[in-house]
Amino acid sequence: MLAGAMLAGWGLRRRDTAGGAAALGAAALLYRGGTGHCHVYEALGVDHGRSRGTGIAADRFSDTRQRLGGRRGILVEESITINKPIAEVYRFWRDFEHLPQFMEHLASVTVRDAGVSHWVATGPAGTRVEWDATIINEVDNQVIGWQSLQGSTIATAGSVNFDETEHGTRVRVRLQYDPPGGRLGAMVARLFGEEPNQTIREDLRRLKRLLETGEIPTTEGQSSGRRTMVMHPSARKSGQHSYSQRPLRAGAAR
Amino acid sequence: MRAVCWEGTNRIGVQRVPDPSILNPRDAIVRITSTAICGSDLHLLDGFIPTMRRGDILGHEFMGIVEEVGHGVKNLNRGDRVIVPFPISCGNCWFCTHELYSCCDNSNPNAWMAEKLYGYSPAGLFGYSHMMGGYAGGQAEYARVPFADVGPFKVPQTLTDEQVLFLTDIFPTGYMAAENCSIQRGDTVAVWGGGPVGQFAIRSAFLLGAGRVIAIDTVPERRRMAEAAGAETLDSMDPDVFEKLRDMTGGIGPDSCIDAVGLEAHGPHLDYYYDKAKTMAMLATDRISALRQAIFACRKGGTVSVPGVYGGFLDKVPFGAVVQKALTIKSGQTHVQKYLPRLLRHIQNGDIDPSFVVTHRVSLDDAPLMYKTFRDKQDGCIKVVMKPN
Repeated sequence: MLAGAMLAGWGLRRRDTAGGAAALGAAALLYRGGTGHCHVYEALGVDHGRSRGTGIAADRFSDTRQRLGGRRGILVEESITINKPIAEVYRFWRDFEHLPQFMEHLASVTVRDAGVSHWVATGPAGTRVEWDATIINEVDNQVIGWQSLQGSTIATAGSVNFDETEHGTRVRVRLQYDPPGGRLGAMVARLFGEEPNQTIREDLRRLKRLLETGEIPTTEGQSSGRRTMVMHPSARKSGQHSYSQRPLRAGAAR
Repeated sequence: MRAVCWEGTNRIGVQRVPDPSILNPRDAIVRITSTAICGSDLHLLDGFIPTMRRGDILGHEFMGIVEEVGHGVKNLNRGDRVIVPFPISCGNCWFCTHELYSCCDNSNPNAWMAEKLYGYSPAGLFGYSHMMGGYAGGQAEYARVPFADVGPFKVPQTLTDEQVLFLTDIFPTGYMAAENCSIQRGDTVAVWGGGPVGQFAIRSAFLLGAGRVIAIDTVPERRRMAEAAGAETLDSMDPDVFEKLRDMTGGIGPDSCIDAVGLEAHGPHLDYYYDKAKTMAMLATDRISALRQAIFACRKGGTVSVPGVYGGFLDKVPFGAVVQKALTIKSGQTHVQKYLPRLLRHIQNGDIDPSFVVTHRVSLDDAPLMYKTFRDKQDGCIKVVMKPN
């Protein structure tokens, strides 16, 4: 689900360091390919039967588990520290309908019934991805884990852990997903040059800013001299002193 | 409104731009009554600070009257007269709650850019490049002030604009530079750079108990201004600055050294030409001859305090001297908000009248000329104050 949002959004991202990103993706795949190890399930304790979860039968997820446990699948891990009490951070995240407030590419999340929610992400050129997910593990103020339901367009699983530190609440996110085939798969392949960690890092940064300050700092919509071409008459008058007497042309920003 | 815009290296213009508006709940709009050109603005003029874009509104030393507040601002009202600190600080993050306001975690919308250069992002600043947030600055008729419930500081009507304007930056910057020296009563403090920050560092060092201050600058009127505060002075172009400092301190060296010059230093020695060649060839980002000399001249176990702006990667830093002489280096963009109450008290008590530093009073439209006059130290220029309205 979160992964889906990221997945759909990568194409819009410009925070590239293409080489590093490709290497990161490749490393994750190699690691997974070599070990068949699933970090999300490990974080959740699912593989080790330590789940204190909702008690839903495990075979309901066998499809997702298979798809994420194999050679395919991508893992992203990021963390951030938020200067707010753990209970407040946990509560905010636990209501998944809050997530689109800070996850840039998530259009909506609708909670349907006990643990099941419907997710909509939008991506490049009007791409729209939808899936259903369910909570598979939750411990108050410690961990929330989820995965997509069988048959979803995207197989995805994720977890978020919360710990108290001297600088605030540490939030650690792990996401895994298996890119779908077909048209979406082609898009994913094209997006491989981007940097998934940076995407999720920016999402977490927005979460931190929203919770700590109540808003997300921005400069979008502020004034600048980039879209003006008329120099003030008095400026023109003193233009003889100016380093540049040329007013900016419209659209000539940068 | 009219605003001073960066149009490229060596190109400053005054343009008509849209008036600012409230974008976030904790914003305010301030009608600017006085705004100054800072020495650090000259680094923008000269193209030393990366990630500037044509059309960026400059200026981070401004004050005025609150015109409008967002619904999240409860402690300011329309009509309040405020000075606006140059770092934008949220007041909520771990750093702000520890009075490290210039290290605010939340105010830089382009934190990812600064992280690429610095590892972690400092606070957003007004009018000081996109890496530092890309916020429109205050050399304009109006400015949008984010986190207005934390930054803007109300000032009494009994004080003039020129008495309080420099609380926005250079007074606290000079003060923090002196405070960072951990001055013991009677200490000798050497200050490189007699520009506005150097002048406030000199006076702050005396306020904090220094016995002697030695100011080092090549511009005669700046040395005279330093002498007026009780400092002894040396000419920075004198090749014997180190020897003279040594003699003046009985062979020990100054207890602390303040570099209020920053990344565009000039000097009489070969290392200046080396820096100049390297920065011109884009092989280095900063010219650091003042910093080298400060480190070299400082007594063993002393402190080198660096309020001067450095931006990137410094070449030929005599770090051996730092280690072998057990020096402490302290620096940082100023945590302005932390110092405001005590510095306002100093002004009200008459311990200092910051208006001493002003040499030029002009209108906003004169900005292009005044940037050049200030940079080239012509016409006795030390500090320029502009009146936008």
